[in-house]
Amino acid sequence: MRKILQYAYLAFIYLFLYVPIVVLVVFSFNDTKFSTNWQGFTWSWYAKLFTDGPLMEAFANSLIIAVSSSTIATILGTLGAFAIYRYRFLGRKVTFSFIYVSMMSPDIVMGISLLMFFILVGLSIGATTLLLAHITFCLPFVVVTVFARISGFDRHIIDVAKDLGASELKMFRHVIMPMLMPAIIAGWLLSFTLSMDDVVVSFFTTGPSFEVLPLKIYSMVRIGIKPEINALSAVMFLVSLVTVTIAHILIAKENR
Amino acid sequence: MERGQRFRNAAIGLTLVWITVFVAIPYLLVVLFSFLTPNPAGTVTWEFSLESYRSIFSPVFLKVCQSSFALALGTTALTLLTAYPFAFILTRIPEYIRRTLILLMIIPFWTSSLIRTYALIIILKANGLVNGFLMGMGWITEPVSILYTQVAVFIGLVYTLLPFMILPLYASLQKLDRRLIEAARDLGARGWHIFFHIVLPLSLPGIIAGSTMVFLPALGLFYIPDLLGGARSMLIGNFIKDQFLATSNWPLGSAASVLLTILMFLMLGWYFVVSRRANQGDMKELA
Repeated sequence: MRKILQYAYLAFIYLFLYVPIVVLVVFSFNDTKFSTNWQGFTWSWYAKLFTDGPLMEAFANSLIIAVSSSTIATILGTLGAFAIYRYRFLGRKVTFSFIYVSMMSPDIVMGISLLMFFILVGLSIGATTLLLAHITFCLPFVVVTVFARISGFDRHIIDVAKDLGASELKMFRHVIMPMLMPAIIAGWLLSFTLSMDDVVVSFFTTGPSFEVLPLKIYSMVRIGIKPEINALSAVMFLVSLVTVTIAHILIAKENR
Repeated sequence: MERGQRFRNAAIGLTLVWITVFVAIPYLLVVLFSFLTPNPAGTVTWEFSLESYRSIFSPVFLKVCQSSFALALGTTALTLLTAYPFAFILTRIPEYIRRTLILLMIIPFWTSSLIRTYALIIILKANGLVNGFLMGMGWITEPVSILYTQVAVFIGLVYTLLPFMILPLYASLQKLDRRLIEAARDLGARGWHIFFHIVLPLSLPGIIAGSTMVFLPALGLFYIPDLLGGARSMLIGNFIKDQFLATSNWPLGSAASVLLTILMFLMLGWYFVVSRRANQGDMKELA
């Protein structure tokens, strides 16, 4: 009896989590513009979606920003985590604290602080500022992910590599990097999703000259709902489902 | 050796410069600007002023704070009540199923939170799924309005923030030594007794970590109340946003942000104190 109640509760939570997504996917095939009743099956919203210029452009912009910001953040963050682990330098603890603070602090604070900074130094708000902002909020997540793995290492590995005559760069490249790969991949994927999904920081750090998908959807949902958004959501859900599954398999293999 | 030095300097330098330029300086700007005079033309007038902090204690802002805190606290309580049993049951499930269950819980959060909020609009609408279901079951005779009410905002926030509560709770409940529960049972303690005197205190770090990760975003996520609540009540997030995009009062927006940041530090401090006391304070510290 107790077991049944427990499973029922789990089922209820999963229902809560998945019903909205199922609804979106089902509605993306619904042959009606306004009604919420089922009016028959159609592919037309998907066809409309791929010919909707502004929406596709925002999607492409989002992808470009997400791929480039997560790649740069991953490179910087991996080097940073390694530097914090391996070297003693002035400002090390302060840097580490700022990394934690920026990860924990509300998005809106980061958004407005960067907005003021960009305006003050005279950068015009657009693609460049958005990229810088996205790298900045992804960076701490990479550092923390990589640092968690690196601090589980046996420090002697580094000593051995050094004793065998490897330079710092060689040691990092051939000893540390391969061991860190799962964490680096995890950091990249995390950054990619954070970047694709971000609303609040983007809201402050990009302008009408460079529109990204979440902001586009935000303005669309406020004005009125287009069924194309259902189709887009279904596509994005499918893409993230595939990505997560691949990442999961990769990490599971690595851990074995 | 010279090359090694170059790599070392590059690795340190890049991190240091990036964090200084894009995190430290902008954050310090927020603090600095909160003490300056607003300039309606944008930016600020470089003149010291405590006016922003004075306005923060004005009735208008206090009302904003009151409704935001009520909303964020309510959201935190609701997510805690929903997530705790879930995390607890999860720890009782065989390892191989548990992994899949956790993955299944995270997958929805890989889709855009805006898109999921929009899905909630479809479901909660007057002619949406929930009303259809309730009327179909014969529980109500005409649609109840859920969308554009507080209830919808709560549902949206809980939906968006739930995993941030579940994961820390699960982490701390998983660490709990089962033998303690068995020992208590052997000594004759009853179910609720065990829960309130053993399980709950030992999972306190998880509760606080999860609450911090739900409470703070709930104050700042302006787009969920905006879309689901029809923007009827002004929240801290919207308030800050408006100081920058509508009224151009940078110092006031900065002061409100400083307030949020102080709140964050207080909650983090609380977490550290409690987790140390619970003797699980093995946060990996700098060597």
